[in-house]
Amino acid sequence: MGLIIKEREFVIPGDVIAEGIDYLPGNGVYRDGNQLIAQQIGIVNLDNRLIKLVLLTGAYRPKIGDIVIGQIVNMGFNGWTLDIGFSNLAMLSVRDATSDFIDKKADLSRYYDFDDYIVAKVLNISKSNLIDLTMKGHGLMRLKEGIIIDVSPSKVPRIIGKQGSMITMLKNLSNCEISVGQNGKVWIDGGNTGKIIEAIKLIEKESHIPGLTEKIEKMLGGK
Amino acid sequence: MVYSKRVDGRKFDELREIEAKVGVVKSADGSAMFKIGDTIAIAAVRGPRDLYPKFMQNPKKGILRCNYNMMSFSVDERIRPGPSRRSKEIGLVTENALLPALNLEEFPNAVVDVFIEIIQADAGTRCAGICAASLALADAGIPMKDIVCAISVGKVGGKILTDLNKKEEDYEDGSSDMPVAMLPRKNEISLLQLDGEMKQEDIDECLKLAIKACQKISEIQRNALMEKYQTNQIDDQVDKENQDG
Repeated sequence: MGLIIKEREFVIPGDVIAEGIDYLPGNGVYRDGNQLIAQQIGIVNLDNRLIKLVLLTGAYRPKIGDIVIGQIVNMGFNGWTLDIGFSNLAMLSVRDATSDFIDKKADLSRYYDFDDYIVAKVLNISKSNLIDLTMKGHGLMRLKEGIIIDVSPSKVPRIIGKQGSMITMLKNLSNCEISVGQNGKVWIDGGNTGKIIEAIKLIEKESHIPGLTEKIEKMLGGK
Repeated sequence: MVYSKRVDGRKFDELREIEAKVGVVKSADGSAMFKIGDTIAIAAVRGPRDLYPKFMQNPKKGILRCNYNMMSFSVDERIRPGPSRRSKEIGLVTENALLPALNLEEFPNAVVDVFIEIIQADAGTRCAGICAASLALADAGIPMKDIVCAISVGKVGGKILTDLNKKEEDYEDGSSDMPVAMLPRKNEISLLQLDGEMKQEDIDECLKLAIKACQKISEIQRNALMEKYQTNQIDDQVDKENQDG
């Protein structure tokens, strides 16, 4: 009875984390009769009685409130369809796209055209994985210049750092504008772009090595 | 003639040497290599991704597609590359062996593709393929109930043994082999095929051996996954917490 695998321990699918009805299954955990079992690779995280996993791998799965970088792949009468690196495409309706008045007959490509990249927020997700995006919020915009690189979505927290420490440092040391999407897309504009890409690749590769912040600082010529 | 000693000197319930490695194909979402004796399988997983043609989509849950392929140089005599009746069938049984372990409800209208390549064959290729595929699926982060493991057991020259190699499979005085795939936590069988003839008692005996062997393979699979992921566990944990807060 109770917890079998302790908090902060590594689990693989099929590991029994807890027995009995004292605990509830959260993200990456499912209940089979009397047992709570891990269904993905991750680290056990306890939130009172809720057992959830911090996932170490996996494709991007949108959550409500995520900031993502997506590409316009289609346009309809009432909005745009975007590729956000998920198995299903996301919808951005005209209503959520802008606070301007858009006439019914207006040409939507005047706002966002095919292949444009935009920073958007996930507004809602339906049970069958229909995703609604919104452009109303701080820092949400169309990306006109700069480049976009792909990183593994599970490494995004490392690029952002503790309370945004890593990303702030990158911005300060390079004078670049950087925007990190939860879906593993990073937009960089201005400044020394090449160096930043190098730094981000290094963060991705050596995310588990301690003292990474200092290393990156040194690399970018900080004190 | 009684088969009293195995061709490679193993005990009757001994497995060949096993090596498993996760993350061998960099371009895939998840991948794994599984080597048992001289049989080597590489599996790569792509997805969950959009499924076309659209009529194949299932709005209730995602679907799984398995593709089994033997490299033309994997066997003694070159085999014709490309799909064959045999590879199609093995792809299908692999799919059925893996499906009971997967939770695809979270990916409606999507597909998970599994590609299994046999680069060297010495019997037991479908079992090696299933072992590699389940590791690759876990690596790709697909929700799973358990990691599937598989082994072939059989009867060669009147003796019941585990993990047949090619010479034993072709043994002249009668040989029958039975590939078994299992979900090791509850010992649920998800694949059971039989090539040859066996008595009821022999099958029971074989299944006992298979359960024992699968527990061992399961341990090796766990170690392979740990090797890739355990190194960076603590740091990721800390970061995630801070980001949430």
